[in-house]
Amino acid sequence: MATATGTKLFGAAIKRREDPRFISGRGQYVDDVKLPGMTSAAFVRSPHAHATIKSINSVEAKSMPGVVAVYTAHDVKVGGLPCGWMLPGIKVPTRPVLASGKVRYVGEPVAIVIGETPYAAKDGAEAVQVEYGPLSGVSDAKRAHEKGAPQLFDDISQNQCFYWTIGDKAATEAAFKSAARVVSQPIRNQRLIPNAIEPRACVASYSPGTGELTLWVTSQNPHVHRLLMAAFVLGIPETKMRVISPDVGGGFGSKIFVYNEEVVASWASKALGRPVKWTAERRESFLNDAHGRDHVTEAEMALDGNGKILGLRVKTHANLGAYLSTFAPLIPSYLYGPLLSGVYKIPAIFCEVWGMLTNTAPVDAYRGAGRPEATYLLERMMDRAAGELRVDPAELRRRNLIPPFTGGTPYQTPVAFAYDSGNYEPALNRALELAGYAQMRKEQAEGRKQGRYIGLGVTTYIEACGPAPSAVAGSLGAGAGLWESGLVRVHPSGAVAVYTGSHSHGQGHETTFAQLVADQLGIPMEQIEIVHGDTGQIPFGMGTYGSRSACVGGSAIVKSLDKIKEKGRKIAAHLLEANENDLVFEGGKWAVKGSPDRAKTWGEVALMAYLAHNIPQGMEPGLEATSFYDPSNFTFPFGAHVAVVDVDPDTGQTKLLKYVAVDDVGRVINPMIVDGMVHGGIAQGVGQALWEHGVYSEEGQLLSATMMDYAMPKADQLPSYVTDRTVTPSPINPLGVKGAGETGTIAATPTVVNAVLDALAPFGVAHLDMPLTPEKIWKAVKAAKK
Amino acid sequence: MPKTLLRLRVNGEDHDVAAATHKTLLEVLREEMGLTGTKHGCELGECGTCTVLVDGQPVLSCLALPIELEGREVTTVEGMAVGGRLHPLQQAFAELGAAQCGYCTPGILLTARALLAENPKPTRQEIRTALAGNLCRCTGYTKILDAVELAALRSTGGEP
Repeated sequence: MATATGTKLFGAAIKRREDPRFISGRGQYVDDVKLPGMTSAAFVRSPHAHATIKSINSVEAKSMPGVVAVYTAHDVKVGGLPCGWMLPGIKVPTRPVLASGKVRYVGEPVAIVIGETPYAAKDGAEAVQVEYGPLSGVSDAKRAHEKGAPQLFDDISQNQCFYWTIGDKAATEAAFKSAARVVSQPIRNQRLIPNAIEPRACVASYSPGTGELTLWVTSQNPHVHRLLMAAFVLGIPETKMRVISPDVGGGFGSKIFVYNEEVVASWASKALGRPVKWTAERRESFLNDAHGRDHVTEAEMALDGNGKILGLRVKTHANLGAYLSTFAPLIPSYLYGPLLSGVYKIPAIFCEVWGMLTNTAPVDAYRGAGRPEATYLLERMMDRAAGELRVDPAELRRRNLIPPFTGGTPYQTPVAFAYDSGNYEPALNRALELAGYAQMRKEQAEGRKQGRYIGLGVTTYIEACGPAPSAVAGSLGAGAGLWESGLVRVHPSGAVAVYTGSHSHGQGHETTFAQLVADQLGIPMEQIEIVHGDTGQIPFGMGTYGSRSACVGGSAIVKSLDKIKEKGRKIAAHLLEANENDLVFEGGKWAVKGSPDRAKTWGEVALMAYLAHNIPQGMEPGLEATSFYDPSNFTFPFGAHVAVVDVDPDTGQTKLLKYVAVDDVGRVINPMIVDGMVHGGIAQGVGQALWEHGVYSEEGQLLSATMMDYAMPKADQLPSYVTDRTVTPSPINPLGVKGAGETGTIAATPTVVNAVLDALAPFGVAHLDMPLTPEKIWKAVKAAKK
Repeated sequence: MPKTLLRLRVNGEDHDVAAATHKTLLEVLREEMGLTGTKHGCELGECGTCTVLVDGQPVLSCLALPIELEGREVTTVEGMAVGGRLHPLQQAFAELGAAQCGYCTPGILLTARALLAENPKPTRQEIRTALAGNLCRCTGYTKILDAVELAALRSTGGEP
């Protein structure tokens, strides 16, 4: 396999090419788009978690100054929002773009009001009168499963969308029978609300002249948006729809999905013949952006007398919300169960998942998506087991690590995955060393004597990036391929434009991809343009999620560069009258081996490709290549994180003293960018551990719908992180990269929770569910003291 | 809705703007003046994204009314670079990769600028405290703190 490494830009902390516009206020985000004749949209949303719609009266609203139109489900005749992942036996409820007959969660859109200004639209929305017949609601996944619980859909019995299992049930039962010790723990993984700082937004502009719809939308995957909207919802040819996703202010999963608002705005733009803009208010983001996590789990781990894991048994109720969001079924199934082996040799695993509908906002991928749920569970169980066995948590992990496998032979787990390459112990050793683990254990013991409660948390984790290959995904229910495209177009001057199906919403692709190209072609980065986020320019693409951009998107670009270099070599050989096998391509030149003066530069070859005055006979003019790269497997980054906390038992306050992350994300293209992503991921993971909680009342009212109620990490609450890396290249892709976007979020949550519970060990507190707020800790300590 | 003629001083220049009096500074900057560098995050004063400076002090433009700001000096991110020269904070942010998606960056730059104007050599803890009202979901703040420290060091004659 061709390798793209070992040259000067790969691995360099190049300054980001995006930043000149971001630091000067020149970024172009969706809400910055302003078109002539543009109208504004506001949505009428359900205040009820569950109710019938008896009537909608929009007469008054329509008569208000500045209101252009009001539309309801009665007007907007389009398909329902599609679900893109089908599990065996799954029941998929119809999800209308505007509620019809019934509302099933607070915030569900019921009507759209179009105004000349945002104020007119919002005033109009206030004036739409909807008469509801309230019904009982249910927000908890386990309660929704009980007999007699409120039913969301008549044809989905007990609100169960699917029942899914993975692993060997009989082998797992046998493992538990032979176990010296069994540790059991109910574990909740609370609901999270993504809260990208840029709210979702769209501008839909239908041109009556050409019949083309242009949609600017905050999307992580504009082609997926176009495909699903055109083919399944609007019923128009993709060729009549262009989706542009310009600068996007963070996604974290929440901008993967197709939502009601962009569909209804697109329909309305066509109905009115005018552009329609909608930008979410923050409250709308809380109510209608897809949420994350929300699992209720019973976990059991079986161990032998030496602390070796024999088996793991998991039963999870996954809350999917009121409807199935675009990839909802995938997250608590194939992105969850197969991660349960972690970095440990576990002979037998059996995992059962019930996918449940409740009267809450739909739940889908949120940074990490299934992998944090699995890792949290497994790492919590490791610490519970270490506590019961009275073994140091780091030592228990070490005893169970999968031995190194870096020679290309994958490691097969009992839950489907075959890990690509791994060497887990060095990362653990390095993290313990950087944290001063042994010393901290001594300080902890000393501190306890003086009433100071220091806690240490250690996590060894695995991550799975770049879901693949497409054929396997298809056999498991995917409604999409999981490859990526990369078109490389060399212009006659030698300038290079790269059109990638990946989408950057903070990841810095304009920089990292340019580094790859500059390295491969030996030309300056200034001559390279990375184009993303526009279906009008890019042939096709699957977008950015699951930390797939470098390993899948980057590899597609490298494949195209190989083709370009191949053709360039033939042209250069022809011009030099040399055998193409005698040429070396270096520093942007093809030179004859041994006589460096006989050479053709990149620019000369590019120009000749377009002049076509003197190219090999039969060769087509031009110099461009498109590749579709479908990886043979996921990549599996891994690492070890350590947190040190100081918990004040009198106030319940946790202070994060130290955070160490040693990650192995394979080869690193730009360490500055990777460090930044790791930092941000850790912050989100810490947020889940300590503060963030999307709280619904039992009936389904969202009680945490503002940033004052939903606590996200702030600058004065986090330590500065110590980061380091080990490097185990992936044999899966030509770059040897594994993916770095989600590692921090996956590892940080259990690391911090385990640290806090380690601090509370003297009080006999074995487990608390997240978030570990001061109140929760204080109550637990108080109860323990009684 | 009747519009009122306002005279606003933004980034060192006087502007006559016709806008409804209930419009917020954020709306007037973005919609009437084309200064879209100022971003809206929550419009409730909770996230700090829309921060601008008024007479050098950080103000949430989503909660400020332009009619109350006549005669005051408003600075937005577009006004940070002077004569084509980037502010040391902007330079440091780019050098250290302190921006990711870029959306919270303008508000954070301005808050940091106000801090350095008042306290040219802040401790890391003082920087944390000053920025605690500006949410960032991408960076985990570390590189932002590093960049503010670097800009402070350079502005006070230190290296690098």
